[in-house]
Amino acid sequence: MIPELGHFALALAIAIAGAQAVIGIFGPTMNDNRALRAAPALAIGLFGTVGASFLCLVYAGIVSDFTVRNVAEYSDSTTPLLYRITGTWGNHDGSILLWCLILTLCGATVATFGRNLPSSLRARVLGIHGLVCGGFLLFTLTVSDPFARIWPPPMHGAGVNPILQDPGLAFHPPVLYTGYVGFSVAFAFAVAALIEGRVDAAWGRWVRPWTLVSWCFLTSGIALGSWWSYYTLGWGGYWFWDPVENVALLPWLTGTALLHSAIIVEKREAMKIWAVLLAIATFSLSLCGTFLVRSGLLNSVHAFAASPDQGYFILALLGLTIGGSLILFTFRAPVLSASGVFAPISREGALILNNIFLCVIAVVVFMGTLYPPFLDLLFGVQLSVGAPFFNQTAIPLTAPLILAMAVGPLLPWKRATLLPALQKLWIAAVVALIVAVIVDLRWNAVAALGLGGGAWVVLGAIIDIAERVRLFRIPLNHSISRLFTMPRAAIGAAMGHFGFGVTVLGIAGMTLAAHVVTVLQPGQSVQLGGYQWTLNDIHDAPGPNYAKRVADVTISSDGHKIMVLHPSRRFFTAQKITTSDAAIRTNGINDIYATFAGEQDGGGEFRFNEHPMAPEIWLGGLIMALGGGISLSDRRFRIGAPARKAAKRPASSIAAE
Amino acid sequence: MMTRKKRRLWLLVTCGIGVGSAVALTLAAFSSSLTYFLAPAQVVAKAPAPGDLFRLGGIVQAGSVSKTVTEGQLLTTFRVTDGRASIPVTYTGVLPDLFREGQGVVTIGSMAPGDHDFIAQEVLAKHGADYMPKAVEQALRESGKWNPKFGPPPPASTWNDMTVKKANG
Repeated sequence: MIPELGHFALALAIAIAGAQAVIGIFGPTMNDNRALRAAPALAIGLFGTVGASFLCLVYAGIVSDFTVRNVAEYSDSTTPLLYRITGTWGNHDGSILLWCLILTLCGATVATFGRNLPSSLRARVLGIHGLVCGGFLLFTLTVSDPFARIWPPPMHGAGVNPILQDPGLAFHPPVLYTGYVGFSVAFAFAVAALIEGRVDAAWGRWVRPWTLVSWCFLTSGIALGSWWSYYTLGWGGYWFWDPVENVALLPWLTGTALLHSAIIVEKREAMKIWAVLLAIATFSLSLCGTFLVRSGLLNSVHAFAASPDQGYFILALLGLTIGGSLILFTFRAPVLSASGVFAPISREGALILNNIFLCVIAVVVFMGTLYPPFLDLLFGVQLSVGAPFFNQTAIPLTAPLILAMAVGPLLPWKRATLLPALQKLWIAAVVALIVAVIVDLRWNAVAALGLGGGAWVVLGAIIDIAERVRLFRIPLNHSISRLFTMPRAAIGAAMGHFGFGVTVLGIAGMTLAAHVVTVLQPGQSVQLGGYQWTLNDIHDAPGPNYAKRVADVTISSDGHKIMVLHPSRRFFTAQKITTSDAAIRTNGINDIYATFAGEQDGGGEFRFNEHPMAPEIWLGGLIMALGGGISLSDRRFRIGAPARKAAKRPASSIAAE
Repeated sequence: MMTRKKRRLWLLVTCGIGVGSAVALTLAAFSSSLTYFLAPAQVVAKAPAPGDLFRLGGIVQAGSVSKTVTEGQLLTTFRVTDGRASIPVTYTGVLPDLFREGQGVVTIGSMAPGDHDFIAQEVLAKHGADYMPKAVEQALRESGKWNPKFGPPPPASTWNDMTVKKANG
């Protein structure tokens, strides 16, 4: 009964989404007040119905209703409660429903918090958003129905995929999806602006927080996924340039570009057309990120199994959304006039440089990811573009970004000279150089460039803040009070850059990682990274729905025992699958990592790793996301008042166009 | 203040540098880092030169996996089959948890000089236990051993027999 209710709610949601689309898009032209008021109400109703539908699915998962195919295939009564709940989005159909839920949540949020938007713009934004919701809800209901029943029901479920039974992966999809889907709001704003034929500072002010929210989630989602693969897949890799990872990186790259170009739109009313295009591109890439994975087009280790009709539906939907918005863009973009003049060397110039390189990296990653499937489609040739390709292209292209990243925030708007900014940065340059030289002499050039670059960005961000609070030039307590009164967006931006620098440091440090693969009998030991790794014992231990074999590995240095690691192997009885659970001990700047890979003649196969700076990779992601959060709490996003003032910007800045 | 023309020029030059370097890097990387996928039968037919990196994919032949330990290093040998030919593979290191006999596998590496062994540098893990790599699936379809239209792949244990039959007749 409950699953049928969920199914019905889903069908009802499509009707509401359709109404929201029609009323929202055509309401403003009819100039009907009731229509303008109806759109937000419908958006909230839409969220309610999809939410109800999702809760029904979660309920079926909690009570282990094996007549529902989705539950029977991906859950089991022995699965712990947390994973029975998260299992609802650990599979294809359920994850699409979650995707739709977050999509409608975004619409409802715009409806709730968008009261100070012009009512026609709000109606149009919600209308476009409703159209997108409708399309994907239709997809869910017709070809990927999570409520499908099976009869007779099996006695036991097939159980959740053991690798997915992990807190990191339980929360990775919702966070990542929120990131993807949040860009739908920026997209709806962009399309609505095209229809209205107007982009102004107020538009920038509205798009930016939304971009910021989704960017924070996307950053955390990617970091979470990378962290998960680091500790579960057992060989300590954190990024494989796998197609599915790449398609998550693509919207992040263009989203980051959008974040920066929205600043120009908001502050300087320039680059409007570009920002609109970026908003469309970012959401399009988000859609690709979610759905190319499911269309079966990409050959990836993460790919969900999907039936061909799902693939066609997805491709049609992607084509309509992306193609439709781009066609609208070609016809309507000339209407949006540009304004605001600036010199090449200026804050705007730096932001444009950022945009160019981020987009170029996105294009390269896009080509590398989609070249193999297209070649396969057109010529039937099967080849793959592996990690070396991306390392050889994306990393050199990141170098100019890293260089410019510390300088950009120190440049004033409109017109600037490089020299004063560079003078402020001399400490950063000296430190980065010293780091690079030391690392180069001690280890290798690649790590030296990376660590030097990371240090440059990190110090650049610190100097940015220090300059703003006039550290050491005015009394310290004045500096501190300045820190608390300065715009939070500036602190957030500096934190974002700081976090990126930290991630760069982590990635560069990881190039110095060392590992050893060995077979040890109890009592035997091996040397790695200045430590002695000794296997004490292998024993059995129980788990909730698995049995595990645990190895006790003592790590000592100069005969002193430092720690004992417990890497284990878990055997999942329902699925008959064994996974290895790596043991990781971190001190914040260095990871000690042990994997128990198998047993042999009383001994164990082990892989021991030493990962310098590994935690910094995800720490940096976290700092970036936090920086976004702080930026979001900026005064001007909370108070709508400056909107009017900005709209009446003096004509002088427009005159030059 | 700068004229509009000059500003455009600057923008174009920067874009040009960005796009140009990207194109150059992409082409350079493409020429050096593309790897082809070959099924065992294709390896036999094409005989790739020793040292050429490619992806070998197929089914891990049942009963072919053996592990030996030399000097604390773990050496695994197994055969990868597509039902028409099978290639011996050696791999030093830890195999992914989902590696097992009778299941699809993709390995990256090159042929050893002299003999017909494939030296794998990497053995790819698959997230799903019953997941069939797309390229492997296609190779199996071409070899006539399995067509997804007619249901799931045959049970793991029979993959061995198929090669044996082929070898006998």
